[in-house]
Amino acid sequence: MASAAQRRIKSISYAKYGYIFILPFFLVYFFFQFWPLINTFVLSFHGNDTNVEEFVGLDNYKTILFETEVDNDILLRKSDKLEGKSAEEKKAMIKAEQDNQALQSQHEFFKKSFGNTLILWFGNFIPQIILSLSLAVWFTDAMLKIPGKGFFKVVMYMPNIITAASVAVLFLSLCSESKYGAFNQILHSVGVVEDIESTASDDFVKFVTGTWEPRIVIMFIQTWMWFGNTMIMLMSGIMGINPSLFEAASIDGATSGQVFRKITLPLLSPIMVYTLVTSMIGGLQMFDIPYLFHKGTGISSINPNVRTVAVFIYERFHTRGTSDFSYGYSGAASVLLFIVTLILGSITFYLNRDKDAIAKKKQRKKLAQQAKIKNKQFGGLSI
Amino acid sequence: MSDMKSVYGQGKDNYMLKIRLKSTILFIWFVILTIICLLPIYVLLINATRSNNDISGGFSLIPGDYFATNFKNMRTLEYAKNAFKPLIGYRNSAIITCSATILTVFFSALTSYGIHVYDFKLKEISYTFILLIMMVPTQVTSAGFVNFMIKIGLQNTYIPLIVPAIAAPAVIFFMRSYLKSSFPLDIVEAARIDGSGEFRTFLTIAIPMMKPAIAVQAIFAFVANWNNFYTPSMILLDGDKMKQTLPMMVQAVQSSDKFTDFGIVYTCIALSIIPIVIAYVLLSKWIVGGVALGGVKE
Repeated sequence: MASAAQRRIKSISYAKYGYIFILPFFLVYFFFQFWPLINTFVLSFHGNDTNVEEFVGLDNYKTILFETEVDNDILLRKSDKLEGKSAEEKKAMIKAEQDNQALQSQHEFFKKSFGNTLILWFGNFIPQIILSLSLAVWFTDAMLKIPGKGFFKVVMYMPNIITAASVAVLFLSLCSESKYGAFNQILHSVGVVEDIESTASDDFVKFVTGTWEPRIVIMFIQTWMWFGNTMIMLMSGIMGINPSLFEAASIDGATSGQVFRKITLPLLSPIMVYTLVTSMIGGLQMFDIPYLFHKGTGISSINPNVRTVAVFIYERFHTRGTSDFSYGYSGAASVLLFIVTLILGSITFYLNRDKDAIAKKKQRKKLAQQAKIKNKQFGGLSI
Repeated sequence: MSDMKSVYGQGKDNYMLKIRLKSTILFIWFVILTIICLLPIYVLLINATRSNNDISGGFSLIPGDYFATNFKNMRTLEYAKNAFKPLIGYRNSAIITCSATILTVFFSALTSYGIHVYDFKLKEISYTFILLIMMVPTQVTSAGFVNFMIKIGLQNTYIPLIVPAIAAPAVIFFMRSYLKSSFPLDIVEAARIDGSGEFRTFLTIAIPMMKPAIAVQAIFAFVANWNNFYTPSMILLDGDKMKQTLPMMVQAVQSSDKFTDFGIVYTCIALSIIPIVIAYVLLSKWIVGGVALGGVKE
């Protein structure tokens, strides 16, 4: 028998405080992130430049994903009928051809930037994971007597906290294609660069304006910045593995290679998948370093061989006051990026799902069903 | 018996030798990696103390005596003075970073506490939602974000750089895990019996108990905001130097054709990274420990 006072206490509900506490988060989220996300989708179905208001359906997606067919009529007319036309008709024709080329180049730009993103991601992720994993295993190996582990950890993580913009400009200066670039100076002393006093950039190794050289430099910078972070994450994963497993293995005479393959790697797999996916999403967003790794202002000065999807998106909506807003292309590329992220994210969730919990849930369902059947046998009466 | 002993002893010696050899080789490898990690920063600091001519003369590891001149040139030469204003950059970055960091940790603590302590209908749904939106990359929303901010006239202000910090799903995820492992609900009950209101319980009991988690997340939020180049550069469009953040000023050095004196360029970059490097050296233990905590799932 509960007294009246007890009953009253029980009836106090604190649920409203739950809503009050989480309200600011949701308000800000919907205003500054969710609505912009929807807005990106909306923009991707609208026009570019001056026709931002115009609804164009899937045209932007078509333009950036597929090649626009070159209008043969226009080319034909241009070649042999240009003579007998009035000035206005000529102008219209030239305009149509220019539009066609512009569309074509959006596709070329996007294709190239997507390829660059993949190349840069692979080139930074593979060395990074090999380096981080080996370092994490060595750092956590209790048998090895290495002095100053704490110091090494701190130093290896350091590049990660330095402003990426500064890192990009620092390497840009070190890679300079002139007598001022440290890398070219070193190559000169080895004999690769012959004339260090030359003023023509052709005489130097093209670390900034070449095709593969800047890519390799950017892969190096990304690895340099991120291997410490990945290493510490993997280390905490390895330290979470029950140490008695390692002890048992070493008593049984397992070599370090066997321990790595049979114990560390299988038990580390959830964290490995997590690292893989966070790094994939991070790689798709790669922006600061590819964007700043060039000299000069304006879109045209960016080396097309290192332009990533994030840079493509940014260039399209960020035009510094000129009228050339290409929100449509930008939005369409963002939505495509979103879909790729979604697919990658679901794969992780699928691989990382708690198998035990799912098995338990199934069992519980089964039991419930059996109970139901039993109940039916008693004429639906619950016992 | 003695035979056995010697065999055993030999095996042990071999084993110890192997371990020692491996440790030494690894130590050398770690030293090499340390050098690779530090060398670019070291070269940066060295080059900031050398004149343009010295830099063109070759690569050096010995500091020069030109830093004062480089610094003076940076402050007096017209093009450098206009593009790179370190003090204004520090001030602007500090304003944005500090406000954003405080908002992030306070509101994330509030949200995670609300989800952890109270039972309400939408509790599970809202937490799942927060986990889901953690995956959305910033780049995906940015086109719509900029378009929307320009429409409501918030471009060139700090509001879009500071206020969105309230919604930080990853920080909430971390703090919820922390609360789960170290905040028993009995404490809230006890506080209620003693007559403490809900907000007072949060401010005077929960926040002090969450200090370790708040400290780690505050450091990370601070570093992320301080280094952020992407968001400020898409919101601050009018090129007003008095409003720009430090990474944007670094970009000004990169994009200007006038910066031909490499001594000045290196001095500018060095000034842009020195505060964060000092902060890292002071807080490194916490930072490395924080990354490790973030790596542990659940």
